[in-house]
Amino acid sequence: MINLEITQKMMDVKSGMNNMATGMLRPIARHYDEHEHEYPKELDMFRSIKIMSRPKKKKAGEEAKPEKPSAKKLGANLSMVIVIEEMCWGDLGLLLSLPNAGLGNAAIAAVATDEQMERFGEKWASMAITEPGSGSDSGSITARATLDGNEWVLDGEKIFVTCAERAEVAVIWATVDRSAGKAGIKSFVVEKGTPGFKLEKLEHKLGVRASDTGTYVLDECRIPKDNILGSAEVKQSTEGFKGAMKTFDNTRPLVASMALGVTRAALDFTREKIEESGVKLDYEKNPNNLSAMEKEFYLMEAHLEAMRLLTWRAAWMMDNGEFNNLEASMAKAKAGRYGTLICQKCCELLGPLGFSCENLAEKWMRDVKITDIFEGTGQIQHLIVARNVLGYSSKQLK
Amino acid sequence: MPLMEEKIMEDKDFGFGLSEEQSSMKDTVAKLIKSMVIGNPAHDMDEERKLHRDIIDKIWELGATVSMVPEEYGGYGMDYSPMMNAIFLEELAAGDMALAIAATLPSTFIYTILQMGTDEQKKKYLPLYCDPAYKTCTVAVNEPRFGFDAATLETKAAKNGEKYIINGKKCFVPMAKDSGHLLVAANADGKMDLFIVENGNPGLQIGEREKNLGLYALETYPVTLENCEVPADDRVGGDNGCDYGRFLQKTRIAMSAIGTGVSRASYEYAREYAKERVQFGEPIASRQAIAFMIAEMAYEVDAMRLMTWKATSALEAGREAKRESYLAKLYAGEMTMKLTDYGVQILGGHGFIRENPVERYYRNGRGITILEGMATV
Ligand SMILES: Cc1cc2nc3c(=O)[nH]c(=O)nc-3n(C[C@H](O)[C@H](O)[C@H](O)COP(=O)(O)OP(=O)(O)OC[C@H]3O[C@@H](n4cnc5c(N)ncnc54)[C@H](O)[C@@H]3O)c2cc1C
Repeated sequence: MINLEITQKMMDVKSGMNNMATGMLRPIARHYDEHEHEYPKELDMFRSIKIMSRPKKKKAGEEAKPEKPSAKKLGANLSMVIVIEEMCWGDLGLLLSLPNAGLGNAAIAAVATDEQMERFGEKWASMAITEPGSGSDSGSITARATLDGNEWVLDGEKIFVTCAERAEVAVIWATVDRSAGKAGIKSFVVEKGTPGFKLEKLEHKLGVRASDTGTYVLDECRIPKDNILGSAEVKQSTEGFKGAMKTFDNTRPLVASMALGVTRAALDFTREKIEESGVKLDYEKNPNNLSAMEKEFYLMEAHLEAMRLLTWRAAWMMDNGEFNNLEASMAKAKAGRYGTLICQKCCELLGPLGFSCENLAEKWMRDVKITDIFEGTGQIQHLIVARNVLGYSSKQLK
Repeated sequence: MPLMEEKIMEDKDFGFGLSEEQSSMKDTVAKLIKSMVIGNPAHDMDEERKLHRDIIDKIWELGATVSMVPEEYGGYGMDYSPMMNAIFLEELAAGDMALAIAATLPSTFIYTILQMGTDEQKKKYLPLYCDPAYKTCTVAVNEPRFGFDAATLETKAAKNGEKYIINGKKCFVPMAKDSGHLLVAANADGKMDLFIVENGNPGLQIGEREKNLGLYALETYPVTLENCEVPADDRVGGDNGCDYGRFLQKTRIAMSAIGTGVSRASYEYAREYAKERVQFGEPIASRQAIAFMIAEMAYEVDAMRLMTWKATSALEAGREAKRESYLAKLYAGEMTMKLTDYGVQILGGHGFIRENPVERYYRNGRGITILEGMATV
């Protein structure tokens, strides 16, 4: 049955997280924006909370299945998007810096064997795909992995790695066979301190400055043979690569919900200022009889609602075991783009308050932009949606 | 904390999936629309400036409206479900917007009386229209003036003894000529309200059929109320009037459901066209400039639908949907303009020619933000 009324359970999750965001994240948000690369030690208390754990222990040959949600139990993914929205309402940069909750942790939780889970499950893991020469086209990476006896030897350069410095292990994407194209791409767990593995530099960024983004250089870096995630076999098909990309069907709604949180923060602040100025937002008058500012506000609020519903739908589908490749990209395409537009517009409506670092509005405008870039840019999301609805392959629609 | 536990137990599942009942109704309507409306009939009706009565009858025979009315008033006594109505309206509008309004027009009259009328009003009026055969009754909300706002009406209803005297001008009153009764929205001493006015009341003048930008097939009329006397008993809800705000909420949700349908029609037509049309040696859909417009249309149609469902969920739970319905209509209005424009643009010059339906969607879609009170859920 269609029912989009927020349930008590959802409210409980939301308000609990909102208290945390208000009490813990907001107060330190500006500090870590101004002190780029300083570790937010306040986040250490999250170390023990396993956000990216997996629901059930995986037995041989069995997929880890999420429990079906019911009235009493909230689906894991739906609850996750609610949590992330609230935390990002607090601060997106800090969310990205949560210990043990990196993208790498998600990748490990998704495919690791029990033995690997034992070794790496408790460690903070970054995820390194992007290279200087390959961004959106992640299938074109050139980092190499060569098997030498009982070890893999890794060579290459990885850029823009989130949590590059703070993570204890990195999930590195590399090709075992250039000629095999995408089918040759595998991921490997590399522990910090392994000889030949170096954090080259940390970037200075537009936004999410609390998060450390850096470059790894791998120079004849040797790791144990069983540090490979998934099978080492190079199949003729691109199944393996597609499988890895599938992780993104799960994480795209999460990135969309990051946009929701930041955008809502900007809108809440703008609403507060509009109401302080004596304007009452009553959802009644013909929008064309309102001031431009009020109409603009309502429209932004409507877009935020649309972003959220698309995101929740993608998460809900996942909880129900439905294939959501299309819907996940729809959510991210909409949320990344409109989150950016709305945060920009809020600064405009706020006038001087939107340009001054006295408030967080200018920061939200800088922070939200990343949601339209990482884990597939807005354009890439549009490509995925278009191919889906047109029934086109990546050759038919480049 | 047993209290808390109980509350959680009461929560219905949150979810996006159609129930069996909902999807079977949706399929039935979609099939009917596909066989009777999409393609030439919708085009012909527009060109002929006339809806095909047999299609309206067929839709009415599905019984979507009448089924939700208690048996004592001539209905089939099933539960009232605004969600069913929202799904129904989208499907109809995906076929033709003029048809969606005309075929469900009696619902606006019927549901309003059913939910907000006095017992006498229900007994007197519902059986007239809860009939297996379609019988026209209509609603007069819009007023022909700059800055019109459905929430602040200029048509006035003044109490005079056992009567109300209504004065004012209305426009876009669908099918007024054929209607037995009109539900007239008026300002009664500062409170917006609805009055049941019989067609034939000497104070009621129905003017010449209007010519509009869109909805060519839908007859609409200007209506003038000049010292129009209505028995006090015909104020919907009796002496204290009705919940006009709720009436507006329901009509706003209906307009956003219709906007979803019109936008979807434009999207689906443009998408298929773009795969067929070859320029520079390739289907135009294989170029990103076109493909990305199609992608945007795809997710915005979904977003409009979800906004509609979100507002409808509030009604379904028996809650006010003031904020949600306002935002849903605002969103659907803006988006329908954007998407129906994309539809024309994707077809280029061919989109400008009346043989292709996208120009009709473009004209009709403009109505979503402008028209009030023409449909309900
Ligand atoms: C703060 C931050 C954190 C990051 N974290 C990580 C991380 O943890 N791990 C990781 O591996 N990477 C990470 N990234 C990298 C990120 O995923 C890439 O930047 C992103 O995928 C885009 O790649 P690019 O920057 O090379 O842009 P490019 O791929 O060069 O794209 C440039 C522009 O071209 C457009 N474009 C590209 N291809 C197409 C096409 N086929 N059709 C239409 N338009 C196209 C893009 O949309 C974009 O607008 C991070 C980046 C940032 C900024």
